[in-house]
Amino acid sequence: MAELEAVIGLEIHVQLATKTKMFCGCELSFGDEPNVHTCPVCLAHPGVLPVVNEQAIHYALKIAAALECEVAERSIFHRKNYFYPDSPKAYQISQYDIPIAGAGKLGDIRIHRAHLEEDAAKMIHVGESGRIHGSGASLVDFNRGGTPLVEIVTEPDLRSAAEAAAWARLLRETVRQLGVSDVNMEEGSLRVDGNISVRPAGSEELGTKTELKNMNSFRFLERGIEAELARQRELVEAGGTVEQETLHFHPEDGSLHPLRSKEEAHDYRYFPEPDLVPIVPTEAMLREARESLPELPAARAERYREQLGLAEDVAALLAADPETASYFEQTAKRADGVEARVVANWVTGELAAALRQEGGEASASESKVDSGALAALVAMVQEKKISHGSGKTVLAALVNEGGDPAAIVEREGLAQISDSGELESIVAAAVDANPEAAEQIRAGNGKAIGAIVGAVMKETKGRADGGEVNRLIRGKLGL
Amino acid sequence: MAELLALTALEAHQAMVAGELDPGEYADAWRQAAAGDQLNAYLWREGDGDGGAIAIERPSIAPVAVKDIFCTEGVPTTAGSRILEGYRPPYTSTAVRRLLEAGAPVLGKTNMDEFAMGSSNENSAYGPVLNPWDHGRVPGGSSGGSAAVVAGGLAPWAIGTDTGGSIRQPAALCGIVGLKPTYGAISRYGMIAFASSLDQCGPLTRDVSDAALMLAMLQGGDPCDSTSVGLPATPALPDREDLSGLRFGVPGELASDAIEPGVREVFETTLAKIEQLGGEVAEIALPHAEHGISAYYVIAPAEASSNLARYDGVRYGMRAESSGDVIEMYEQTRAQGFGAEVKRRIMLGTYALSSGYYDAYYGQAQKVRTKIATDFATAFADVDFVVTPTSPSVAFKLGEKTDDPLAMYLNDFFTVPMSLAGIPAISIPAGLAEPAGGGPQLPVGFQIAAPAFAEQKLLGAAYALEQGIGFDARPEGVPNG
Repeated sequence: MAELEAVIGLEIHVQLATKTKMFCGCELSFGDEPNVHTCPVCLAHPGVLPVVNEQAIHYALKIAAALECEVAERSIFHRKNYFYPDSPKAYQISQYDIPIAGAGKLGDIRIHRAHLEEDAAKMIHVGESGRIHGSGASLVDFNRGGTPLVEIVTEPDLRSAAEAAAWARLLRETVRQLGVSDVNMEEGSLRVDGNISVRPAGSEELGTKTELKNMNSFRFLERGIEAELARQRELVEAGGTVEQETLHFHPEDGSLHPLRSKEEAHDYRYFPEPDLVPIVPTEAMLREARESLPELPAARAERYREQLGLAEDVAALLAADPETASYFEQTAKRADGVEARVVANWVTGELAAALRQEGGEASASESKVDSGALAALVAMVQEKKISHGSGKTVLAALVNEGGDPAAIVEREGLAQISDSGELESIVAAAVDANPEAAEQIRAGNGKAIGAIVGAVMKETKGRADGGEVNRLIRGKLGL
Repeated sequence: MAELLALTALEAHQAMVAGELDPGEYADAWRQAAAGDQLNAYLWREGDGDGGAIAIERPSIAPVAVKDIFCTEGVPTTAGSRILEGYRPPYTSTAVRRLLEAGAPVLGKTNMDEFAMGSSNENSAYGPVLNPWDHGRVPGGSSGGSAAVVAGGLAPWAIGTDTGGSIRQPAALCGIVGLKPTYGAISRYGMIAFASSLDQCGPLTRDVSDAALMLAMLQGGDPCDSTSVGLPATPALPDREDLSGLRFGVPGELASDAIEPGVREVFETTLAKIEQLGGEVAEIALPHAEHGISAYYVIAPAEASSNLARYDGVRYGMRAESSGDVIEMYEQTRAQGFGAEVKRRIMLGTYALSSGYYDAYYGQAQKVRTKIATDFATAFADVDFVVTPTSPSVAFKLGEKTDDPLAMYLNDFFTVPMSLAGIPAISIPAGLAEPAGGGPQLPVGFQIAAPAFAEQKLLGAAYALEQGIGFDARPEGVPNG
């Protein structure tokens, strides 16, 4: 049997951080006392009518612009009818066959569509099951009901759980930087569901998919998809078939459970919402959305790769967060004669490690190491004024106290040993003190040189250049 | 007092402006009259006791009877349904708010077919309204209570709603004026929805001038209703003296056998009157109008099935006792709370929207609707107005059609096409005729339809024709000016 390939598409619900709800004037909130942000409209009293939140349309257009989606000249709302206590009208107003945004892409992943809709109210089920079935009682908090949502649907272009999680992170950063959502997965302002199937590698056909829900962190998203792929592979390899169903991921034990609820095969009886008029964005609205876009992570990463020659992973890491990106760019600009690639490695490597070492939460831009100081430090290492090891020592000091790296070098006496006679005698002593290592190096074990280099570095307190030390040791051994 | 009650709302208004009539005294006279309701036309009246009140700062215009489909803050609002028994809305509809702001107090809330579904008022959960001309007959529906109070001397004027004829048909059967404005002329906010794409608020009045005055108070765009735009200008009082230069189109397709002979005779006489007043009568074609009823009875129930899904006993209104889960509670509440006609239409509408049937029913009906609108547009290129009898018959007997829903639906034959096209139409009393089965003479309505937003022109023509006809009959015992 051919190897099975994973085929994954994502559906992402983004709660918009508008001032008020999608169709009424109630304030948006999180964590407030239940049912305080309600009105006749969002409680579906008789006779009320929805009115579209203009800000939500602007936000949706920004998302559409960021995802390079085609924007519909005229999009409409539909009613999705279903009986469930989280929906007081017994229908959700959503976009159906003519969404505000059509085909687009983010990175290499194609976007199928993005549409506007309203969030349901929050249900709290009392009892052991935690679900409506078998619960002792169910409570409804209508504060969330009617919160504006943009649902983004990708094409099934993702090929692994890790890729799905990485792409979802990119999407979150992109939306965050648009300033249209809090994109907080734990609070539910960003919710990611997966459509998952497997097929023989090389096949063009799609296998039967399952829908995976309730993954409220990127880690759970990856684990959940991983678990579902494993389940499907095992099933198919044993000759079984995948059933189309909705599965709930349980983060406590990583298990998957079929969902029994409103999501069971339902006839939603969609029809055009007669209470609303079509959304017809003007040219000015579209221009405003395009022009308000900051440089987004995907575009920035591309620029770093193409123009600055950064490796793909380093570029993605730096581009994800605009603060870090800006820090990197300033440092690179100030570090005269140093390649951007080298600066990038310092920011994502040495500096990130030093910050972690300090246990601080601070990002590079928030740390005591200002970009000018890092630039000067990198330049000193590059010019071999100090050794790489000393550079790290200086960096640790900078993380702690900030200040000028040159002064720290001076204070700590870290300037590189430039007298080759002095270094040569230290090397000779180290070789003599480690005869076994010397023997091994001669016998062809290159790794054994580490012991002698270590001894030299210890003696010089790291002030020697590693490359020079290596050269001298080899010379001493006649290699 | 009879003298006060004989005034039209406009006459009363003019007297108030001239300082000859005290608004408070006038409103009290009407409260007293309303208290003597023998027609089961009111469901709530100011001063009924524990029923709350609708505050108004300074009355300056005639008090209004309001169909119980308009939400009124703190005052019972049932839409004629058991399922909303005891419901007191937390807000007031835009239409009622506009009346109050104009200085018109609310006299009471009128009985109606449940959720405006019906043509006889026999579908009210609170019992049928009686026709003031003959208590053994229906007042029409669904705004039967609003028509009956105006015709029966229980209110100077009223507002109702028209989805497929629910203002025009009861106005015709009760011998008064009923206007369905262009869709979007008046806000629907706070008007309990039956079929959202068709529902429109409008006046039921003694004469055309009162209708114009009421329309001026009600019309206007509303930020709470995205589908409302208002009229191009506030309507002025009509003063047209003749019909010269105006062409009236009679649809050839509506020469239906279903029209009662008496109704047909009054219709023909009215056409002759039009010509006498200088108007021209021409035959026009509305080739798709005959499919109006079929399309209407797909679209309206489809929208209703969704609009009425919110009545589940959870947040307001009636809740059935149920020992089961939430679904069972929904089912019990809806089984006990809705009447037979409402259930019939919810089922029809649910079916029409079902996956696999949508295109054949709802989709097809929308196409018919577009064709009917096009028919009217074509006709209006040739004529100024389209005229028909409002209803194929005069008021029929209570219980006569309750077992035959299709016969009942045909009452809307002449009124539904205008609703589907979204255009304004008015019914004015044109004369009296003997019912098909014999008996005392009853009012006959004449319907005039105009292009969208041409209310001013429509009111002008209706006024001139009204003056020419000179209909002044009122039910026995009702003060007559």
